[in-house]
Amino acid sequence: MRGIAKRIAATAFVALMATAAYAQTPKDTVVMAKQIDDIISLDPAEAFEFSGVEVGANVYDKLMGVDLANKNALIGELAQSWTVTPDNLTYAFKLRPGVKFHSGNPLTAADVVYSFQRAVVLNKSPGFILTQFGFTKDNVLEKIKAVDDSTVQITVSKPFAPSFFLNCLTSGVASIVDSKVVKANEKDGDFGNAWLKANSAGSGAYSVRAYRPNEQYALEANPAWYKGAPKNKRVIVRHVAEPASQRLLLEKGDVDYARNLSKDQLAAIKSRPEITVSQGDKGYILYLGLNQKNPNLAKPEVREALKWLVDYEALERNIVQGTYRQHQAFLPNGFLGAITDKPYKYDVAKAKELLAKAGLPNGFTVTMDVRSVNPINDIAQAIQAGWAQAGVKLELLPGDGKATLTKYRARTHDIYIGQWGPDYLDPHTNAETFAINENNAEDARSKTLAWRNAWEIPEMTKTTLAAVLEPDSAKRAATYGALQREHQKVSPFVIMFQQIEVAAAGKGVSGFIIGPSSDTNLYSGIVKN
Amino acid sequence: MATATTDSLSAHSFRVGRILWRELTTIAITMFGLLLITFLIARVIPIDPVLAVVGDNAKPDVYEAARTELGLDKPLWQQFAIYVGKVFTGDFGKSVLTSQPVLTDIKRVFPATLELATLGTLIGIVLGVPLGVLAAVYQSRWPDQIARFIGLFGYSIPIFWLGLMGLLLFYAKLGWVSGPGRISVAYQDFVNPVTGVILLDAAMQGEWDAFRNALSHLILPSALLGLFSLAYISRMTRSFMITELQQQYVIAARVKGMSEARVIWRHALRNAMVPLLTVIALSYASLLEGSVLTETIFAWPGLGRYITNSLLNADMNAVLGGTLVVGAVFIGINLLTDILGRLVDPRAR
Repeated sequence: MRGIAKRIAATAFVALMATAAYAQTPKDTVVMAKQIDDIISLDPAEAFEFSGVEVGANVYDKLMGVDLANKNALIGELAQSWTVTPDNLTYAFKLRPGVKFHSGNPLTAADVVYSFQRAVVLNKSPGFILTQFGFTKDNVLEKIKAVDDSTVQITVSKPFAPSFFLNCLTSGVASIVDSKVVKANEKDGDFGNAWLKANSAGSGAYSVRAYRPNEQYALEANPAWYKGAPKNKRVIVRHVAEPASQRLLLEKGDVDYARNLSKDQLAAIKSRPEITVSQGDKGYILYLGLNQKNPNLAKPEVREALKWLVDYEALERNIVQGTYRQHQAFLPNGFLGAITDKPYKYDVAKAKELLAKAGLPNGFTVTMDVRSVNPINDIAQAIQAGWAQAGVKLELLPGDGKATLTKYRARTHDIYIGQWGPDYLDPHTNAETFAINENNAEDARSKTLAWRNAWEIPEMTKTTLAAVLEPDSAKRAATYGALQREHQKVSPFVIMFQQIEVAAAGKGVSGFIIGPSSDTNLYSGIVKN
Repeated sequence: MATATTDSLSAHSFRVGRILWRELTTIAITMFGLLLITFLIARVIPIDPVLAVVGDNAKPDVYEAARTELGLDKPLWQQFAIYVGKVFTGDFGKSVLTSQPVLTDIKRVFPATLELATLGTLIGIVLGVPLGVLAAVYQSRWPDQIARFIGLFGYSIPIFWLGLMGLLLFYAKLGWVSGPGRISVAYQDFVNPVTGVILLDAAMQGEWDAFRNALSHLILPSALLGLFSLAYISRMTRSFMITELQQQYVIAARVKGMSEARVIWRHALRNAMVPLLTVIALSYASLLEGSVLTETIFAWPGLGRYITNSLLNADMNAVLGGTLVVGAVFIGINLLTDILGRLVDPRAR
């Protein structure tokens, strides 16, 4: 008995000492630390969260893409060329020849038809990006047809602006899947959805090798990718929830990228010259939604006063530096028609004046639902302090993300501090939610952010709806510019920030591309020296 | 004679059967109550479970379809009846967060927690019991003060802070242990998950490099949990030992001229062991629920984070499944403690 115990103790000791010898990450394998617990599915027809969409972007190809080097201009990817009829109703896409799926199957027009058909019929969260063009499960095979092996013809229901339709085809839901492989994994007519949740059947830079929810995913490079083999063999993304842990892993060289560093960690790693930080504007907008059912918030002077009461500059400097930048319009930088006007700054005197005009010279009391995560929490507290200067007593109601959201969707909040991410790379995605409210009734079919804040805007709704039918891109951009300036003045949205996505790379690691959306975060150029 | 033996035997087996039956019904009722309460709590929290499936921006038709698919359009009692019915056939449903069957999820996350909790408890016992004994023997003198300090430290320092500091010192600065995660990337495909407990799997497959790597990942978080259980165990050991050392049999043993060491470790501790087992079992069971903060800092894919995350997203099947596991663990450990208690208690022999 004694002898065994001694031996176990000795073994444990030796084992511990021996661990000082480290296993560095292999040269051809890129390891990232990232929060990936938002993934619900890896099926491109279903994935609609940041992390899931990012996987899709590296695994699947689409007909259209954007040129990140050239102001996100539209370019053909799997589509070698395309034409649209003068009435803007019918598109013909000529497919790039010689593209093969990971399985070795050639990519043909039949795969494109099948991919769009399954996205429309499944109609999961991102499905509307396609169905808004008039496709339904009954008509999809008439509207989307294979003319021959390498030509696809698509008919949309209205003469939408071609830029609008083509921009939507760059989004993850329009990914092309290997119809033979997916059909082989179909179960009870689910279009292979159950199988694709954790597997892949694409033609892109990588294939999914393994996926364990809340733990990690591993991607294997596709040397036969039509754009050329990726510069690394494998990408492994591990779920590390805590930013401080991510930083330690990066500093020790156990991961090559840390993806969720906050302001404090970013400041701390500045002293490490071997760590490089790259960043890109993301489309996520941070805003306050003022519910118009609240009689005080419904007064135009109060809405404007609150916009003068946020210390945008101090918030950026003290809380979100490096991860958000000041932005006061509903279209994020990088989108067609985006404006950079920042009419508001912190001005208590002006706010007081406006409040007095609204008949509230001594301010009022109002609540705000706050997700208890940072930096949202800190921002809310800073706003609370700022508003107190003008007598506006802000009560913060902390809650979990899904709980505050449930309340917001039911329109029972006063003020909600929220974040909005564009669904696809076209201005309509944000314009629709911030500036369209077709029916302000409780049982409205379309529940946009404008609806959630009970903001009745029949005129603005008309203007916004017309903008998607404007075929001339320059005119379209001008319409959105005017719309945003009007919106800044009158809307019940205090738009404050646009998110910046930051990735910190370890020694000798470079080449990760951060695009304007998760659809454009690309791994294939990452190299380790 | 023969008939008498048979009679008493059958009477005996009847009694055993009755005890067993009683135990089983208690377990079944406990589990059912647990399910019912968890179900109700999860339904009254103001979180819309559909949001976990479709996300924030879903259109109304997608939302309604998901709601129907989850069965949320049915009345509450019906939802519960359907769930319980399925559980009886071994179908725990799917988690909406991971899109996987709950059983598959639990098979993945529970071994991670088991590994952490077991090593943590072992550390707590091996260090905590002697510390508590010393504190009792040298009551109010310096060993007692030290024990009290360690106990207070383990109890009152936030585990979140301690975990990060531990990582900073032992991982980042000194490099003695590996960082967050269960195993380094270089080793992760070497070990086939058989039991899911990496240490066991690696040892069984003779992958000693992977074993060492996994151990170096495990040692810091489990030491942290160990400190926590050590604090509890040592304090309880101390108070049990103080009671025992005042008993008459201790005086008798001393009078008989036994060595002090023998009196303390053989006699007093053995008697203190009976209540102590319950303490240890409780501490072990509470670690087996999973420690959310430790799992978060150490990127440990365990049960605690799984259940918490599921609850915050109103992922019903996952929460209920996880609760059942925790319930089963508590009941199992309770039974085990009963049995062990009977074996250890000198009076029961």
